[in-house]
Amino acid sequence: MIEAEALTVRAPGGRALLREVSLGVAPGEVMAVVGPNGAGKSTLLRALTGELRPAAGRAAFAGRALRDWPPRALAQRRAVVSQRVALAFPLTVVEVVAIGRLPWLGTPEAARDEAAIGAALRRAGVAALAGRSYATLSGGEQQRVQLARALAQLDGAPPPAALLLDEPTASLDAGHRAALLGLLRDLAAAGTAVLVVLHDLNEAGFVADRVAVLQAGGCVGLGPPSEVLDPGLLRRVYGLPFRRLVDGALLPDFAAARSAAP
Amino acid sequence: MSAGACDLPAPRPADLLPRVLLGGGALLLAALLAGLLLGPAVVSPAGLLATVLDRLGLAPLPAEYAREAAVLMVVRAPRVLLAALIGGGLASAGAVMQGLFRNPLADPGLIGVSSGAALAVVAAIVLGPAVFGSAAGRLGLWLQPVAAFGGGLVAVAVVARLGTRQGVIGVATLLLAGVAVAALCNALLGMLIFGAEDRQVRDVNFWLLGSLAGARWPQLPIVALLVLLPALGLLGLARPLDALALGEREAFHLGVPVERVKRLAIVLAAVAASGGVAFSGLIGFIGLVVPHLVRLGLGAGHRVVLPGSTLLGAAVLVLADLAARSLAAPAELPVGVVTALLGAPFFLWLLRRRAAMGEDA
Repeated sequence: MIEAEALTVRAPGGRALLREVSLGVAPGEVMAVVGPNGAGKSTLLRALTGELRPAAGRAAFAGRALRDWPPRALAQRRAVVSQRVALAFPLTVVEVVAIGRLPWLGTPEAARDEAAIGAALRRAGVAALAGRSYATLSGGEQQRVQLARALAQLDGAPPPAALLLDEPTASLDAGHRAALLGLLRDLAAAGTAVLVVLHDLNEAGFVADRVAVLQAGGCVGLGPPSEVLDPGLLRRVYGLPFRRLVDGALLPDFAAARSAAP
Repeated sequence: MSAGACDLPAPRPADLLPRVLLGGGALLLAALLAGLLLGPAVVSPAGLLATVLDRLGLAPLPAEYAREAAVLMVVRAPRVLLAALIGGGLASAGAVMQGLFRNPLADPGLIGVSSGAALAVVAAIVLGPAVFGSAAGRLGLWLQPVAAFGGGLVAVAVVARLGTRQGVIGVATLLLAGVAVAALCNALLGMLIFGAEDRQVRDVNFWLLGSLAGARWPQLPIVALLVLLPALGLLGLARPLDALALGEREAFHLGVPVERVKRLAIVLAAVAASGGVAFSGLIGFIGLVVPHLVRLGLGAGHRVVLPGSTLLGAAVLVLADLAARSLAAPAELPVGVVTALLGAPFFLWLLRRRAAMGEDA
């Protein structure tokens, strides 16, 4: 569904941000992308949305290279939640979510705009904020509004649809993190392909069918969490010892890292 | 996620639109009536009605209204209509520029329209007699509008070219290029004025401060074409501009052909604004303030802001022109002075209010 084949992306100066990354997210699958800061996680996401053109290799959606997709047809099937969205004008929450219906303008689906917006607001847990000005919300609330916008966009999408999210849990409290991860699982269960960049390895382990580990622009691990989220690999990637707790949860060993530091 | 507390039916832009069109239309109509009836020479409503009926061929003009009919047809009507067209065009171009630049301080002047038009007009005034000789006098009525329109468009083209790299318009670069081109135009303008005769300097000042006193019927179809058509085209950009309010990346993810929208918005706004200043000289603050007024009252969705700004801008310039010709009668204030006198304090109040509401982005 979401496919990268030997994908290489270069910065305008020529430096490689992503080196020959190959991965694919199937409909109904959640893939988490993890890795240290600057490893190329966001670059990978942006290349897989078609926003960045690959210098080499191929980024495709549903078997068709992203550059060959008409923007609108693509927007009817895949939505993107970016890290942080600041508004230029004081739009209300419901107005922001309504923007998600733009790809359906002039199609029969537009008749369902109201229902789609209402459902998205409820599903993302922001219905109570509908009349508020987006700019006055907290970071976590804004993130959930952007999620609602993406849900409204995919409402009515011909299956299979795809959702790509860049650190969607970054500003959320524990309760809303759990709710968001659960929602991603629900979407996958309904056939959506989900690619999500995460920092928290335990979140990745919980939500993902497969995890991709990026380091310095290359993919150094790809597989089920139980295989990939291995203390040995993580130590090489993050330069930090990890301990596996009895229930399988991973804990970065900050104390050991501090005592090992010169 | 957690169930929403309630299903409150929040107001939607779509529901507001009929009210905007009705309210804005009524406001514009009232402004047009005031503009037609009031002024140094007051026209009675009966005189207006008699003139309209006469023009429509429904009833011959009674003799007692001959003077009022002459005032209306020769002076008032073309002037009021020109003000409405130009005001609507400037405000709609301003609203689109603010949406495009994601910057509430933007207006068409920012991409070079005013400075380019001003330089070209001053060149026409100062150098025209030397270039066209005695023909300059006969060209007179049309030389300045053509220069203003062309100068505005050329400046925008230069700014847009400077702001484009590999087919992508960088909005921040465009803004800086606009500042630089404006500075260059102003420097050249200063040189021209330095070498100009006193009479020419007065003409230049007159144009730079803006006036609708030169309104004539033959100008109206041209302005309608140059201002109304782009303004209507800009209305079609409402939804893409809403998406751009989230950022260019988000707009792209929503299927908006971002570069095409940017180019279209710049071209249409440049034509509308250049077409406006061509027959009136520089009129500031309409493009900046009117869209804010609309946002303040009706929300920031572009489906409301664009038509609302067009209608309100038309009404505001008609009323500003009424003030310009009434306040110091029988002399006339330049209308650009009136819009700035009213617009600047209002804008300051708006800034203070925004800061107080914590919307200082």
